[in-house]
Amino acid sequence: MSKILELSNLKKYYATQKAVDDISFSIEKGSIFGLLGPNGAGKTTLLRMITGIFYPDSGHLQFDGQTFDPINDIVKIGYMPEERGLYKKMKIGEQALYLAQLKGLGKAEAMEKIKFWFKRLEMESWWNKKVEDLSKGMSQKLQFVITVLHEPKLIILDEPFSGLDPLNANLIKDEIYGLSQRGCTIIFSTHRMEQVEEICDHIVLVNLGQKILDGTVADIKQQFKENKFGIRLGEMPSNISSPAFELADQKANALTVKINQGYKSNDVLQYFLQQNLTIEAFNEILPSLNEIFIQQVEGTKATTRAFQPITN
Amino acid sequence: MNKTLLIIQREYLTRVKNKRFLLTTLLTPILIVLLIGGSTYLSIKGKDEQKIAIVDENGFFKNNIKSTQEIKFEFPEGIDTSNYLTKGYTAIILIPKFEGTGKANYIFRSQKSISIMTEDRIADRINAAIEDNMLQMAGISKIQLDSIHQQSQFAELKAVEESGGTAKESNAALSYGIGFGSGMLIYITMFIYGAMVMRGVMEEKTNRIAEVMVSSVKPFQLMLGKIIGIGAVGLTQFLMWIILIVGLSTAAQAFIPADVMDQVKTLQQSNGQMPGGGMMQAGDAAQQIYKVQHTISTANWPMIIGLFIFYFLGGYLFYAALFAAVGSVVNEDPQDAQSLMLPITMPIIFSFIIMSNAVQDPSTPIAVWSSIIPFSSPMVMMARVAYGVPGTVPYWQLAASMVSLIGGFVFTTWLSGKIYRTGILMYGKKVSWKEMGKWAFRKS
Repeated sequence: MSKILELSNLKKYYATQKAVDDISFSIEKGSIFGLLGPNGAGKTTLLRMITGIFYPDSGHLQFDGQTFDPINDIVKIGYMPEERGLYKKMKIGEQALYLAQLKGLGKAEAMEKIKFWFKRLEMESWWNKKVEDLSKGMSQKLQFVITVLHEPKLIILDEPFSGLDPLNANLIKDEIYGLSQRGCTIIFSTHRMEQVEEICDHIVLVNLGQKILDGTVADIKQQFKENKFGIRLGEMPSNISSPAFELADQKANALTVKINQGYKSNDVLQYFLQQNLTIEAFNEILPSLNEIFIQQVEGTKATTRAFQPITN
Repeated sequence: MNKTLLIIQREYLTRVKNKRFLLTTLLTPILIVLLIGGSTYLSIKGKDEQKIAIVDENGFFKNNIKSTQEIKFEFPEGIDTSNYLTKGYTAIILIPKFEGTGKANYIFRSQKSISIMTEDRIADRINAAIEDNMLQMAGISKIQLDSIHQQSQFAELKAVEESGGTAKESNAALSYGIGFGSGMLIYITMFIYGAMVMRGVMEEKTNRIAEVMVSSVKPFQLMLGKIIGIGAVGLTQFLMWIILIVGLSTAAQAFIPADVMDQVKTLQQSNGQMPGGGMMQAGDAAQQIYKVQHTISTANWPMIIGLFIFYFLGGYLFYAALFAAVGSVVNEDPQDAQSLMLPITMPIIFSFIIMSNAVQDPSTPIAVWSSIIPFSSPMVMMARVAYGVPGTVPYWQLAASMVSLIGGFVFTTWLSGKIYRTGILMYGKKVSWKEMGKWAFRKS
């Protein structure tokens, strides 16, 4: 599979901080990619360089096999910023048409696509309404439609589900899957780790302007697993002790054990079998992305990232 | 379609389609015409008629004072300040014994206070009567005096401006009016449309539209589109005003009685002289209308309108770019905008002051130079060109002014474009002029 986007050694320094400090990664065509990081980690700066709003101080951007050319490639990118940007007083239909034309669609083509999407997301009756009449969730849907309307090769969504009820969130989620299947690549930026876990194929975690994690969700979970297993027993023994593992947690007759170095999960099972205890359930406990995120970011002072003049 | 064109189109259409635009555009000239028409009508029809009783101890006023329809003098018997109202007079004048030399106080009593104009007229009549009386005492007969009055015509100053080989009639009052009017109009529109650009930019910034937009167009295109779009709105407004004013004043002529219009036409054909000498005097109204029409026709309207549009656009583009830059750096707080606007509004106000001086004396060095420097040229040059090109304003000055204005707005647009590009995506922080300067002059 080829890459839609390759970033190499991207740097962007502001007067008081290194917003993006030597970040490289690549994104597969047709994948759903999660860009994660705490507030102020440099995500927005990174996204703005990808959308051609900012030029990197140094480094290289490769888009669809060629050096990124902001002027011509920008129409192949759809960007939905975190805060919704729509003209409040403009009619919704006109607004969608205007923004679609700015993305390079002809008027007739834009009209056809808007009708298609409005019908699909049940927004047809909105045409002559103004944005100020819409609720937050409704304008969210509109913004999504405007972003994906011209079927860009690369779609960047910054917190796309905020303000959406579960039904509408599912509707948008299905559309995201659909777009991905049709060959669009999606960059998904959020703080909601359970959404990332559910949707993303591949993630990158940035902190303090640097990349600290890069890989598929499954790989990363494997990488950070602590060899923990959950066991539910039919009856509780009075004493549990084995060189193979240590008891990490116990709730009624559900145990969490941590396997010691040099032992395998089978050793745990064997121990309980030898004790002649009924094993009702046995499963590996992988860390959630949330836990990995907190573990990686905590203690780096990311939340209180100080502004420092750059000396070098 | 070109993206900048699309932006221009949107900026233009959303404003022009707005009901408020239509309303102000239509109502302003109607209001102006109503105001002029109304005041003219009132001055003709609504003049309060004064019937004034005169108590004269000298006896010569009765023969010498001139009564007109508006001010009628009568000399009734047995009248005094206590009974003039009941006898149907609006006022009473008590004339003391005339001593021949020195000023005397004439007491004018009325219930309602009279206007300055009426007061002046009454004083003039009384003075004329005294003068006539003195002339008669000096030996000129009443018949001689009457015939002199009838034949004498007051001299009218006809200013003629020399330009090359041809001489052209000029009118200082009209030049003043045009100069001040167009300078004022540019001043007002600079603020109205400049602020409109700034508000538009602020709206895009605070609603985060800019972020969506700059992922499809360049910030410079966005800024330029807005400036040009709003400029086109201003131009549309002016064109509609010109059409409306011309249309309405043509329509207003229909209300002038036909015989008066005929006289006006005769006056036009004969260049102000009524054929047949004193036999066929044109009526007062016809004289007035002819005078207004004639005065207006002495101005070089195509040149003035052409230059007005040029200087309006040039001045607008010069300042609108700066307003856009300010709009791009302020956050939600309108007070930030106020303080940042000051360095832009100051030169505009300053130019207005220069303009109001230049319109009185268009050839002072300060007027000449400030009509060339692009900061002030739109207003000051309009004040000066009303006095005539190339008489008052030589061609080289006009050319220098136009070139420097074009250069000026290209420069401010370029400068603002650089500030705008950074400012439009910058949130939360209050930006100082120093930082804006840094953004403007750093290399991208």
